[in-house]
Amino acid sequence: MLADDLRGVYFILLKDLKAYYFKPPNISWGILFPLVLTLAFSLRNPVGLLELAPGLIAMAAVFGTTSMEAIVITFERRTGALERLLIAPISLKAILMGKVLGGTVFGLMISGFMTIISITFFGMGLVAPLWFLISLILTLLTLSALGALVAVSVKEVFEAQTLSNYFRFPMIFLCGVFIPVGAMPAPLQAVAYLLPLTYSVASLRATTIGVSSSLGLIVPLAALSLFLVGFLAAAHALLKKSLK
Amino acid sequence: MKDAIVLDGLTKDYGSLTAVDHVSLNIEEGEVFGFLGPNGAGKTTTIRMLVGLTTPSEGSATVAGYDIGDDIVEVKRRVGVVPEASNLYDELSVWDNLLFSSRLYHVPKDERAARIGDLLEIFKLEDRRNTKFGRLSKGLKRRVVIAAALVHQPRIIFMDEPTSGLDVLSALSLRRLIRELRLEDTTVFLTTHYIEEADQLSDRVAIIVEGRIVIVDTPENIKLSIRGAPILEARLSQAPDQLMIRELELGGRVEFNENRIRIEIENLTGTLESLIMLASQRGIQVTDLHTLQPSLEDAFVELTGVSTEVMRVEKENRGR
Repeated sequence: MLADDLRGVYFILLKDLKAYYFKPPNISWGILFPLVLTLAFSLRNPVGLLELAPGLIAMAAVFGTTSMEAIVITFERRTGALERLLIAPISLKAILMGKVLGGTVFGLMISGFMTIISITFFGMGLVAPLWFLISLILTLLTLSALGALVAVSVKEVFEAQTLSNYFRFPMIFLCGVFIPVGAMPAPLQAVAYLLPLTYSVASLRATTIGVSSSLGLIVPLAALSLFLVGFLAAAHALLKKSLK
Repeated sequence: MKDAIVLDGLTKDYGSLTAVDHVSLNIEEGEVFGFLGPNGAGKTTTIRMLVGLTTPSEGSATVAGYDIGDDIVEVKRRVGVVPEASNLYDELSVWDNLLFSSRLYHVPKDERAARIGDLLEIFKLEDRRNTKFGRLSKGLKRRVVIAAALVHQPRIIFMDEPTSGLDVLSALSLRRLIRELRLEDTTVFLTTHYIEEADQLSDRVAIIVEGRIVIVDTPENIKLSIRGAPILEARLSQAPDQLMIRELELGGRVEFNENRIRIEIENLTGTLESLIMLASQRGIQVTDLHTLQPSLEDAFVELTGVSTEVMRVEKENRGR
Protein backbone atom coordinates (compact mmCIF):
# COMPACT_ATOMS: atom_id res chain seq x y z
CA MET A 1 0.00 0.00 0.00
CA LEU A 2 2.79 2.43 0.95
CA ALA A 3 4.69 1.45 -2.21
CA ASP A 4 1.58 2.16 -4.31
CA ASP A 5 1.20 5.55 -2.64
CA LEU A 6 4.86 6.43 -3.20
CA ARG A 7 4.56 5.48 -6.86
CA GLY A 8 1.37 7.55 -7.03
CA VAL A 9 3.19 10.59 -5.57
CA TYR A 10 5.96 10.17 -8.14
CA PHE A 11 3.62 9.80 -11.13
CA ILE A 12 1.46 12.77 -10.09
CA LEU A 13 4.64 14.83 -9.75
CA LEU A 14 5.85 13.76 -13.21
CA LYS A 15 2.45 14.48 -14.74
CA ASP A 16 2.20 17.94 -13.15
CA LEU A 17 5.72 18.89 -14.20
CA LYS A 18 5.02 17.88 -17.78
CA ALA A 19 1.46 19.23 -18.03
CA TYR A 20 1.94 22.52 -16.19
CA TYR A 21 5.23 23.52 -14.61
CA PHE A 22 7.78 22.78 -17.33
CA LYS A 23 5.99 24.69 -20.06
CA PRO A 24 8.14 27.25 -21.90
CA PRO A 25 6.28 30.31 -20.50
CA ASN A 26 6.72 29.05 -16.93
CA ILE A 27 10.39 28.25 -17.42
CA SER A 28 11.05 31.69 -18.88
CA TRP A 29 9.13 33.27 -15.97
CA GLY A 30 11.25 31.17 -13.61
CA ILE A 31 14.40 32.67 -15.14
CA LEU A 32 13.09 36.19 -15.53
CA PHE A 33 11.68 36.55 -12.02
CA PRO A 34 15.04 36.17 -10.19
CA LEU A 35 16.73 38.39 -12.80
CA VAL A 36 14.15 41.17 -12.36
CA LEU A 37 14.34 40.80 -8.57
CA THR A 38 18.14 41.12 -8.77
CA LEU A 39 18.00 44.12 -11.09
CA ALA A 40 15.40 45.94 -8.99
CA PHE A 41 17.34 45.54 -5.74
CA SER A 42 20.71 46.25 -7.42
CA LEU A 43 19.41 49.59 -8.64
CA ARG A 44 17.81 50.42 -5.28
CA ASN A 45 20.63 49.40 -2.98
CA PRO A 46 23.82 48.24 -4.77
CA VAL A 47 25.92 48.01 -1.58
CA GLY A 48 23.72 45.89 0.69
CA LEU A 49 22.98 43.08 -1.73
CA LEU A 50 24.92 40.42 0.15
CA GLU A 51 22.82 41.03 3.26
CA LEU A 52 19.70 40.90 1.14
CA ALA A 53 20.58 37.74 -0.83
CA PRO A 54 19.08 35.12 1.56
CA GLY A 55 15.87 37.18 1.62
CA LEU A 56 15.77 37.27 -2.16
CA ILE A 57 16.17 33.48 -2.26
CA ALA A 58 13.28 33.21 0.19
CA MET A 59 11.16 35.56 -1.94
CA ALA A 60 11.92 33.50 -5.05
CA ALA A 61 10.84 30.44 -3.05
CA VAL A 62 7.55 32.12 -2.07
CA PHE A 63 6.56 33.02 -5.60
CA GLY A 64 8.01 29.88 -7.17
CA THR A 65 6.04 27.54 -4.94
CA THR A 66 2.72 29.28 -4.44
CA SER A 67 2.11 31.04 -7.76
CA MET A 68 1.67 28.01 -10.01
CA GLU A 69 0.60 25.40 -7.50
CA ALA A 70 -2.51 27.20 -6.32
CA ILE A 71 -3.53 27.62 -9.95
CA VAL A 72 -2.82 23.99 -10.84
CA ILE A 73 -4.95 22.58 -8.04
CA THR A 74 -7.90 24.96 -8.46
CA PHE A 75 -7.76 24.56 -12.26
CA GLU A 76 -7.90 20.78 -11.95
CA ARG A 77 -10.75 21.04 -9.48
CA ARG A 78 -12.63 23.31 -11.85
CA THR A 79 -12.16 21.05 -14.90
CA GLY A 80 -12.86 17.89 -12.91
CA ALA A 81 -9.36 16.56 -13.62
CA LEU A 82 -8.65 16.36 -9.87
CA GLU A 83 -11.43 13.76 -9.66
CA ARG A 84 -9.30 11.46 -11.81
CA LEU A 85 -6.81 11.36 -8.96
CA LEU A 86 -9.54 10.99 -6.35
CA ILE A 87 -10.94 7.86 -8.06
CA ALA A 88 -7.49 6.29 -8.42
CA PRO A 89 -6.34 3.62 -5.96
CA ILE A 90 -4.06 5.89 -3.95
CA SER A 91 -4.61 7.71 -0.69
CA LEU A 92 -5.58 11.36 -0.33
CA LYS A 93 -2.24 11.93 1.42
CA ALA A 94 -0.40 10.66 -1.67
CA ILE A 95 -2.42 12.93 -3.98
CA LEU A 96 -1.67 15.91 -1.75
CA MET A 97 2.05 15.09 -1.56
CA GLY A 98 2.25 14.71 -5.34
CA LYS A 99 0.75 18.17 -5.72
CA VAL A 100 2.98 19.71 -3.03
CA LEU A 101 6.10 18.24 -4.63
CA GLY A 102 5.16 19.81 -7.99
CA GLY A 103 5.25 23.26 -6.39
CA THR A 104 8.41 22.34 -4.49
CA VAL A 105 10.32 21.32 -7.62
CA PHE A 106 9.24 24.45 -9.49
CA GLY A 107 10.17 26.58 -6.46
CA LEU A 108 13.54 24.81 -6.30
CA MET A 109 14.18 25.74 -9.92
CA ILE A 110 13.50 29.44 -9.29
CA SER A 111 15.14 29.77 -5.88
CA GLY A 112 18.05 27.63 -7.13
CA PHE A 113 18.57 30.11 -9.95
CA MET A 114 18.37 32.97 -7.42
CA THR A 115 21.00 31.17 -5.31
CA ILE A 116 23.31 30.88 -8.35
CA ILE A 117 22.88 34.63 -9.06
CA SER A 118 23.56 35.43 -5.39
CA ILE A 119 26.75 33.36 -5.36
CA THR A 120 27.96 34.59 -8.76
CA PHE A 121 27.08 38.28 -8.65
CA PHE A 122 26.68 39.16 -4.95
CA GLY A 123 29.58 37.04 -3.72
CA MET A 124 27.32 35.10 -1.34
CA GLY A 125 28.99 32.08 0.23
CA LEU A 126 27.49 28.99 1.79
CA VAL A 127 28.85 28.63 5.31
CA ALA A 128 26.91 25.39 5.85
CA PRO A 129 25.98 23.98 2.41
CA LEU A 130 24.16 20.89 3.70
CA TRP A 131 22.12 22.90 6.23
CA PHE A 132 21.43 25.48 3.52
CA LEU A 133 20.00 22.72 1.30
CA ILE A 134 17.92 21.38 4.21
CA SER A 135 16.68 24.92 4.99
CA LEU A 136 15.79 25.61 1.36
CA ILE A 137 13.98 22.29 0.83
CA LEU A 138 12.07 22.68 4.08
CA THR A 139 11.14 26.24 3.09
CA LEU A 140 9.94 25.09 -0.32
CA LEU A 141 7.94 22.19 1.08
CA THR A 142 6.31 24.43 3.70
CA LEU A 143 5.40 27.19 1.26
CA SER A 144 4.18 24.65 -1.27
CA ALA A 145 1.99 23.06 1.41
CA LEU A 146 0.65 26.56 2.15
CA GLY A 147 -0.13 26.93 -1.58
CA ALA A 148 -1.99 23.61 -1.50
CA LEU A 149 -3.93 24.70 1.58
CA VAL A 150 -4.95 27.94 -0.15
CA ALA A 151 -5.96 26.01 -3.30
CA VAL A 152 -8.17 23.49 -1.53
CA SER A 153 -9.85 26.27 0.47
CA VAL A 154 -11.31 27.98 -2.61
CA LYS A 155 -13.20 27.04 -5.75
CA GLU A 156 -12.00 29.48 -8.40
CA VAL A 157 -8.53 30.13 -9.80
CA PHE A 158 -8.81 33.90 -9.19
CA GLU A 159 -9.82 33.25 -5.56
CA ALA A 160 -6.66 31.19 -5.10
CA GLN A 161 -4.55 34.05 -6.46
CA THR A 162 -6.24 36.63 -4.25
CA LEU A 163 -6.04 34.49 -1.13
CA SER A 164 -2.37 33.68 -1.85
CA ASN A 165 -1.59 37.40 -1.89
CA TYR A 166 -3.08 37.81 1.57
CA PHE A 167 -0.30 35.53 2.78
CA ARG A 168 2.51 36.37 0.37
CA PHE A 169 2.82 40.12 0.79
CA PRO A 170 2.60 40.31 4.61
CA MET A 171 5.14 37.46 4.76
CA ILE A 172 7.54 39.29 2.46
CA PHE A 173 7.35 42.56 4.36
CA LEU A 174 7.41 41.08 7.85
CA CYS A 175 9.88 38.21 7.41
CA GLY A 176 12.95 40.30 8.18
CA VAL A 177 14.26 40.81 4.64
CA PHE A 178 13.64 44.54 4.55
CA ILE A 179 13.51 45.37 8.28
CA PRO A 180 15.11 43.07 10.88
CA VAL A 181 12.39 41.44 12.97
CA GLY A 182 14.05 42.69 16.17
CA ALA A 183 13.71 46.31 14.98
CA MET A 184 9.95 46.03 14.45
CA PRO A 185 7.34 47.21 16.99
CA ALA A 186 6.32 44.44 19.37
CA PRO A 187 2.89 43.70 17.79
CA LEU A 188 4.49 43.34 14.34
CA GLN A 189 7.19 41.10 15.81
CA ALA A 190 4.44 38.85 17.16
CA VAL A 191 2.86 38.68 13.71
CA ALA A 192 6.25 38.05 12.09
CA TYR A 193 6.82 35.02 14.30
CA LEU A 194 3.51 33.58 13.15
CA LEU A 195 4.72 33.55 9.54
CA PRO A 196 6.79 30.66 8.14
CA LEU A 197 8.91 32.90 5.93
CA THR A 198 10.42 34.58 9.01
CA TYR A 199 11.94 31.22 9.96
CA SER A 200 13.00 30.55 6.36
CA VAL A 201 14.91 33.83 6.17
CA ALA A 202 16.52 33.18 9.58
CA SER A 203 17.71 29.70 8.56
CA LEU A 204 18.85 30.79 5.09
CA ARG A 205 20.82 33.71 6.58
CA ALA A 206 22.47 31.46 9.13
CA THR A 207 23.52 28.92 6.50
CA THR A 208 24.65 31.31 3.76
CA ILE A 209 26.16 34.52 5.10
CA GLY A 210 26.58 33.15 8.61
CA VAL A 211 24.40 35.80 10.29
CA SER A 212 22.40 34.03 12.96
CA SER A 213 19.31 35.64 14.40
CA SER A 214 18.43 35.22 18.06
CA LEU A 215 16.61 32.04 16.97
CA GLY A 216 19.77 30.20 15.87
CA LEU A 217 19.31 27.44 13.26
CA ILE A 218 17.49 24.64 15.02
CA VAL A 219 14.49 26.74 16.15
CA PRO A 220 13.71 28.00 12.60
CA LEU A 221 14.05 24.49 11.16
CA ALA A 222 11.80 23.07 13.89
CA ALA A 223 9.27 25.88 13.34
CA LEU A 224 9.27 25.26 9.57
CA SER A 225 8.70 21.54 10.18
CA LEU A 226 5.72 22.37 12.41
CA PHE A 227 4.28 24.72 9.80
CA LEU A 228 4.76 22.02 7.14
CA VAL A 229 2.92 19.39 9.16
CA GLY A 230 0.19 21.88 10.09
CA PHE A 231 -0.40 23.05 6.50
CA LEU A 232 -0.42 19.47 5.17
CA ALA A 233 -2.85 18.32 7.87
CA ALA A 234 -5.18 21.27 7.24
CA ALA A 235 -5.08 20.79 3.44
CA HIS A 236 -5.73 17.06 3.88
CA ALA A 237 -8.67 17.73 6.19
CA LEU A 238 -10.20 20.22 3.75
CA LEU A 239 -9.74 17.89 0.79
CA LYS A 240 -11.33 15.06 2.76
CA LYS A 241 -14.20 17.32 3.78
CA SER A 242 -14.85 18.12 0.12
CA LEU A 243 -15.62 14.42 -0.40
CA LYS A 244 -18.34 14.42 2.27
CA MET B 1 -23.78 -15.92 -9.90
CA LYS B 2 -21.95 -13.71 -7.39
CA ASP B 3 -22.95 -10.11 -6.75
CA ALA B 4 -20.51 -7.56 -8.12
CA ILE B 5 -22.21 -4.56 -6.53
CA VAL B 6 -24.54 -4.53 -3.53
CA LEU B 7 -26.26 -1.38 -2.27
CA ASP B 8 -28.02 -1.61 1.07
CA GLY B 9 -30.11 1.41 2.01
CA LEU B 10 -27.58 3.75 0.44
CA THR B 11 -28.54 7.34 1.18
CA LYS B 12 -27.00 10.73 0.47
CA ASP B 13 -28.26 13.94 2.03
CA TYR B 14 -27.11 17.42 1.06
CA GLY B 15 -28.51 19.47 3.92
CA SER B 16 -32.28 19.09 3.74
CA LEU B 17 -32.16 17.59 0.23
CA THR B 18 -32.03 13.81 -0.01
CA ALA B 19 -30.32 13.12 -3.33
CA VAL B 20 -30.29 9.33 -2.92
CA ASP B 21 -32.90 7.82 -0.63
CA HIS B 22 -32.32 4.35 0.83
CA VAL B 23 -31.40 2.66 -2.43
CA SER B 24 -30.93 -1.11 -2.26
CA LEU B 25 -29.78 -3.07 -5.32
CA ASN B 26 -27.89 -6.24 -6.16
CA ILE B 27 -25.97 -6.31 -9.43
CA GLU B 28 -24.54 -9.62 -10.56
CA GLU B 29 -21.09 -10.24 -11.98
CA GLY B 30 -21.11 -9.90 -15.75
CA GLU B 31 -24.37 -7.99 -15.80
CA VAL B 32 -24.94 -4.82 -17.79
CA PHE B 33 -27.09 -2.78 -15.43
CA GLY B 34 -28.87 0.29 -16.75
CA PHE B 35 -29.50 3.01 -14.19
CA LEU B 36 -32.06 5.47 -15.53
CA GLY B 37 -33.81 8.49 -14.19
CA PRO B 38 -34.60 12.12 -14.95
CA ASN B 39 -31.86 14.73 -14.55
CA GLY B 40 -31.10 15.26 -10.86
CA ALA B 41 -32.73 11.97 -9.83
CA GLY B 42 -29.59 10.74 -8.04
CA LYS B 43 -27.85 8.62 -10.69
CA THR B 44 -24.51 10.40 -10.65
CA THR B 45 -24.56 10.80 -6.86
CA THR B 46 -25.03 7.04 -6.55
CA ILE B 47 -22.01 6.39 -8.79
CA ARG B 48 -19.97 8.99 -6.90
CA MET B 49 -20.65 7.16 -3.64
CA LEU B 50 -19.76 3.79 -5.14
CA VAL B 51 -16.38 5.00 -6.45
CA GLY B 52 -15.37 7.00 -3.38
CA LEU B 53 -15.97 10.54 -4.63
CA THR B 54 -18.45 11.23 -1.89
CA THR B 55 -19.38 9.45 1.31
CA PRO B 56 -22.87 8.08 1.99
CA SER B 57 -24.94 9.73 4.72
CA GLU B 58 -26.53 6.39 5.57
CA GLY B 59 -26.49 2.77 4.42
CA SER B 60 -23.68 0.74 2.96
CA ALA B 61 -22.46 -0.80 -0.26
CA THR B 62 -19.90 -3.30 -1.44
CA VAL B 63 -18.21 -3.24 -4.81
CA ALA B 64 -16.22 -6.29 -5.94
CA GLY B 65 -16.71 -7.63 -2.41
CA TYR B 66 -15.12 -4.61 -0.71
CA ASP B 67 -16.95 -2.14 1.51
CA ILE B 68 -16.98 1.39 0.08
CA GLY B 69 -16.49 2.79 3.58
CA ASP B 70 -13.65 0.67 4.94
CA ASP B 71 -11.88 -0.56 1.80
CA ILE B 72 -12.38 2.18 -0.75
CA VAL B 73 -8.82 1.90 -2.11
CA GLU B 74 -9.43 -1.82 -2.82
CA VAL B 75 -12.69 -0.86 -4.55
CA LYS B 76 -10.87 1.75 -6.67
CA ARG B 77 -8.27 -0.83 -7.72
CA ARG B 78 -10.99 -3.01 -9.22
CA VAL B 79 -13.23 -0.52 -10.97
CA GLY B 80 -13.00 1.68 -14.02
CA VAL B 81 -14.90 4.95 -14.10
CA VAL B 82 -16.09 6.85 -17.15
CA PRO B 83 -17.24 10.16 -15.67
CA GLU B 84 -19.84 12.34 -17.32
CA ALA B 85 -17.24 15.03 -18.02
CA SER B 86 -14.29 14.35 -20.31
CA ASN B 87 -11.82 15.34 -17.64
CA LEU B 88 -8.39 14.22 -18.79
CA TYR B 89 -5.42 16.57 -19.01
CA ASP B 90 -5.59 19.04 -21.90
CA GLU B 91 -1.86 19.65 -21.97
CA LEU B 92 -0.89 15.98 -22.23
CA SER B 93 -1.05 13.93 -25.42
CA VAL B 94 -3.50 11.06 -25.83
CA TRP B 95 -0.64 8.61 -25.21
CA ASP B 96 0.60 10.45 -22.11
CA ASN B 97 -2.91 10.60 -20.66
CA LEU B 98 -3.35 6.84 -21.09
CA LEU B 99 0.15 6.23 -19.76
CA PHE B 100 -0.62 8.31 -16.67
CA SER B 101 -3.82 6.35 -16.07
CA SER B 102 -1.99 3.04 -16.46
CA ARG B 103 0.63 4.18 -13.97
CA LEU B 104 -1.94 5.38 -11.43
CA TYR B 105 -3.73 2.03 -11.65
CA HIS B 106 -0.49 0.09 -11.18
CA VAL B 107 -0.44 -1.60 -14.59
CA PRO B 108 2.92 -3.46 -14.76
CA LYS B 109 5.52 -1.41 -16.62
CA ASP B 110 6.17 -4.06 -19.29
CA GLU B 111 2.45 -4.28 -20.14
CA ARG B 112 1.63 -0.58 -20.38
CA ALA B 113 2.67 0.09 -23.99
CA ALA B 114 0.85 -3.00 -25.33
CA ARG B 115 -2.36 -2.21 -23.47
CA ILE B 116 -2.36 1.41 -24.56
CA GLY B 117 -1.63 0.34 -28.14
CA ASP B 118 -4.59 -2.08 -28.06
CA LEU B 119 -6.93 0.62 -26.72
CA LEU B 120 -5.78 3.11 -29.35
CA GLU B 121 -6.60 0.50 -31.97
CA ILE B 122 -10.01 -0.38 -30.48
CA PHE B 123 -11.01 3.28 -30.25
CA LYS B 124 -9.42 4.18 -33.60
CA LEU B 125 -7.10 6.70 -32.03
CA GLU B 126 -3.75 5.48 -33.41
CA ASP B 127 -3.24 8.56 -35.56
CA ARG B 128 -4.05 10.82 -32.59
CA ARG B 129 -1.63 9.29 -30.11
CA ASN B 130 0.59 12.39 -30.07
CA THR B 131 -2.24 14.94 -30.23
CA LYS B 132 -2.84 16.94 -27.08
CA PHE B 133 -6.11 15.99 -25.39
CA GLY B 134 -7.25 19.63 -25.36
CA ARG B 135 -7.11 19.74 -29.15
CA LEU B 136 -9.40 16.77 -29.73
CA SER B 137 -13.04 17.04 -30.75
CA LYS B 138 -15.71 16.30 -28.13
CA GLY B 139 -16.31 12.83 -29.55
CA LEU B 140 -12.61 11.93 -29.66
CA LYS B 141 -12.15 13.18 -26.09
CA ARG B 142 -14.95 10.89 -25.00
CA ARG B 143 -13.22 7.92 -26.62
CA VAL B 144 -9.94 8.67 -24.82
CA VAL B 145 -11.76 8.99 -21.48
CA ILE B 146 -13.37 5.59 -22.00
CA ALA B 147 -10.02 4.10 -23.03
CA ALA B 148 -8.46 5.54 -19.85
CA ALA B 149 -11.11 3.78 -17.76
CA LEU B 150 -10.29 0.44 -19.36
CA VAL B 151 -6.50 0.59 -19.28
CA HIS B 152 -6.20 -1.48 -16.08
CA GLN B 153 -8.75 -4.04 -17.33
CA PRO B 154 -11.24 -3.55 -14.48
CA ARG B 155 -13.85 -6.22 -13.72
CA ILE B 156 -16.46 -3.56 -12.96
CA ILE B 157 -16.99 -0.40 -14.99
CA PHE B 158 -19.12 2.58 -14.05
CA MET B 159 -20.15 4.55 -17.11
CA ASP B 160 -21.90 7.85 -16.54
CA GLU B 161 -23.47 8.96 -19.83
CA PRO B 162 -20.70 7.32 -21.90
CA THR B 163 -22.17 8.11 -25.32
CA SER B 164 -23.07 11.69 -24.49
CA GLY B 165 -21.43 13.88 -27.13
CA LEU B 166 -20.34 10.95 -29.28
CA ASP B 167 -21.05 10.89 -33.01
CA VAL B 168 -23.26 8.08 -34.29
CA LEU B 169 -20.40 5.80 -35.39
CA SER B 170 -18.46 6.23 -32.13
CA ALA B 171 -21.62 5.58 -30.12
CA LEU B 172 -22.25 2.41 -32.13
CA SER B 173 -18.70 1.17 -31.59
CA LEU B 174 -18.97 1.91 -27.85
CA ARG B 175 -22.20 -0.08 -27.65
CA ARG B 176 -20.42 -2.93 -29.42
CA LEU B 177 -17.61 -2.66 -26.89
CA ILE B 178 -20.06 -2.81 -23.97
CA ARG B 179 -21.52 -6.01 -25.43
CA GLU B 180 -18.00 -7.45 -25.77
CA LEU B 181 -17.22 -6.50 -22.16
CA ARG B 182 -20.33 -8.35 -21.09
CA LEU B 183 -19.15 -11.46 -22.95
CA GLU B 184 -15.93 -11.23 -20.94
CA ASP B 185 -18.01 -11.18 -17.71
CA THR B 186 -17.22 -7.56 -16.96
CA THR B 187 -19.94 -5.86 -14.94
CA VAL B 188 -21.11 -2.58 -16.45
CA PHE B 189 -23.07 -0.05 -14.38
CA LEU B 190 -24.46 2.30 -16.99
CA THR B 191 -26.31 5.57 -16.67
CA THR B 192 -27.63 7.12 -19.85
CA HIS B 193 -30.38 9.44 -20.94
CA TYR B 194 -30.66 7.50 -24.21
CA ILE B 195 -33.37 5.08 -23.05
CA GLU B 196 -33.15 3.05 -26.24
CA GLU B 197 -29.46 2.52 -25.57
CA ALA B 198 -30.23 1.17 -22.10
CA ASP B 199 -32.92 -1.05 -23.62
CA GLN B 200 -30.51 -2.52 -26.17
CA LEU B 201 -27.59 -3.02 -23.80
CA SER B 202 -28.93 -3.76 -20.33
CA ASP B 203 -29.72 -7.12 -18.79
CA ARG B 204 -31.67 -5.25 -16.13
CA VAL B 205 -32.69 -1.67 -15.62
CA ALA B 206 -33.45 0.35 -12.51
CA ILE B 207 -35.38 3.61 -12.73
CA ILE B 208 -34.68 6.14 -10.02
CA VAL B 209 -36.92 9.15 -9.38
CA GLU B 210 -36.14 11.78 -6.73
CA GLY B 211 -33.55 9.50 -5.17
CA ARG B 212 -35.82 6.46 -4.90
CA ILE B 213 -35.85 3.32 -7.01
CA VAL B 214 -39.28 2.93 -8.57
CA ILE B 215 -38.64 -0.27 -10.52
CA VAL B 216 -35.85 -2.82 -11.10
CA ASP B 217 -36.37 -5.49 -13.72
CA THR B 218 -35.43 -6.62 -17.20
CA PRO B 219 -36.33 -4.11 -19.92
CA GLU B 220 -38.93 -6.59 -21.28
CA ASN B 221 -40.67 -6.97 -17.93
CA ILE B 222 -40.66 -3.23 -17.35
CA LYS B 223 -42.33 -2.68 -20.73
CA LEU B 224 -44.94 -5.34 -19.94
CA SER B 225 -45.60 -3.89 -16.51
CA ILE B 226 -46.60 -0.55 -17.97
CA ARG B 227 -49.33 -1.65 -20.35
CA GLY B 228 -51.05 -4.99 -20.27
CA ALA B 229 -51.91 -4.97 -23.94
CA PRO B 230 -50.23 -3.90 -27.16
CA ILE B 231 -51.62 -1.08 -29.29
CA LEU B 232 -53.20 -1.24 -32.73
CA GLU B 233 -52.40 1.88 -34.73
CA ALA B 234 -54.39 2.64 -37.86
CA ARG B 235 -54.26 5.48 -40.34
CA LEU B 236 -57.57 6.28 -41.97
CA SER B 237 -58.44 8.15 -45.17
CA GLN B 238 -60.40 10.64 -43.04
CA ALA B 239 -60.96 11.44 -39.35
CA PRO B 240 -63.42 9.10 -37.57
CA ASP B 241 -66.67 10.53 -36.15
CA GLN B 242 -67.55 10.48 -32.43
CA LEU B 243 -69.96 7.59 -32.82
CA MET B 244 -67.28 5.42 -34.44
CA ILE B 245 -64.87 6.21 -31.62
CA ARG B 246 -67.47 5.41 -28.95
CA GLU B 247 -68.16 2.04 -30.61
CA LEU B 248 -64.43 1.25 -30.83
CA GLU B 249 -64.02 2.14 -27.14
CA LEU B 250 -66.19 -0.84 -26.28
CA GLY B 251 -63.17 -2.99 -27.23
CA GLY B 252 -60.46 -1.03 -25.37
CA ARG B 253 -58.95 2.44 -24.71
CA VAL B 254 -58.84 4.63 -27.81
CA GLU B 255 -56.68 7.66 -28.61
CA PHE B 256 -57.02 9.58 -31.85
CA ASN B 257 -55.39 12.47 -33.59
CA GLU B 258 -57.09 13.61 -36.78
CA ASN B 259 -57.02 10.55 -39.05
CA ARG B 260 -54.68 8.46 -36.87
CA ILE B 261 -56.25 6.17 -34.30
CA ARG B 262 -54.68 4.05 -31.53
CA ILE B 263 -56.65 1.27 -29.88
CA GLU B 264 -55.49 -0.76 -26.90
CA ILE B 265 -55.95 -4.37 -28.00
CA GLU B 266 -57.81 -6.78 -25.75
CA ASN B 267 -58.79 -9.10 -28.57
CA LEU B 268 -56.93 -8.51 -31.83
CA THR B 269 -59.42 -10.26 -34.16
CA GLY B 270 -62.44 -8.58 -32.60
CA THR B 271 -60.85 -5.13 -32.63
CA LEU B 272 -59.71 -5.52 -36.26
CA GLU B 273 -63.17 -6.70 -37.40
CA SER B 274 -64.89 -3.78 -35.60
CA LEU B 275 -62.49 -1.23 -37.04
CA ILE B 276 -62.81 -2.43 -40.63
CA MET B 277 -66.60 -2.79 -40.38
CA LEU B 278 -67.13 0.66 -38.80
CA ALA B 279 -64.79 2.27 -41.33
CA SER B 280 -66.38 0.62 -44.37
CA GLN B 281 -69.90 1.59 -43.13
CA ARG B 282 -68.70 5.23 -43.35
CA GLY B 283 -66.80 4.84 -46.63
CA ILE B 284 -63.48 5.36 -44.80
CA GLN B 285 -60.38 3.56 -46.12
CA VAL B 286 -57.85 2.01 -43.70
CA THR B 287 -54.60 3.18 -45.34
CA ASP B 288 -52.08 1.81 -42.82
CA LEU B 289 -52.31 -0.70 -39.99
CA HIS B 290 -49.75 -2.00 -37.51
CA THR B 291 -49.34 -3.02 -33.88
CA LEU B 292 -47.14 -1.13 -31.40
CA GLN B 293 -45.43 -2.67 -28.40
CA PRO B 294 -44.81 -0.31 -25.46
CA SER B 295 -41.16 0.78 -25.47
CA LEU B 296 -38.86 1.26 -22.50
CA GLU B 297 -39.17 4.96 -23.24
CA ASP B 298 -42.97 4.71 -22.78
CA ALA B 299 -42.36 2.96 -19.48
CA PHE B 300 -39.83 5.60 -18.45
CA VAL B 301 -42.23 8.42 -19.24
CA GLU B 302 -45.06 6.72 -17.38
CA LEU B 303 -42.94 5.98 -14.31
CA THR B 304 -41.09 9.27 -14.09
CA GLY B 305 -43.56 11.68 -15.63
CA VAL B 306 -40.65 13.19 -17.56
CA SER B 307 -40.37 13.27 -21.34
CA THR B 308 -37.05 11.85 -22.52
CA GLU B 309 -36.84 14.64 -25.09
CA VAL B 310 -37.09 17.27 -22.32
CA MET B 311 -34.43 15.36 -20.37
CA ARG B 312 -32.10 15.28 -23.37
CA VAL B 313 -32.48 19.00 -24.02
CA GLU B 314 -31.87 19.81 -20.33
CA LYS B 315 -28.76 17.63 -20.38
CA GLU B 316 -27.40 19.21 -23.53
CA ASN B 317 -28.02 22.71 -22.20
CA ARG B 318 -26.23 21.83 -18.98
CA GLY B 319 -23.24 20.50 -20.92
CA ARG B 320 -22.81 23.76 -22.84
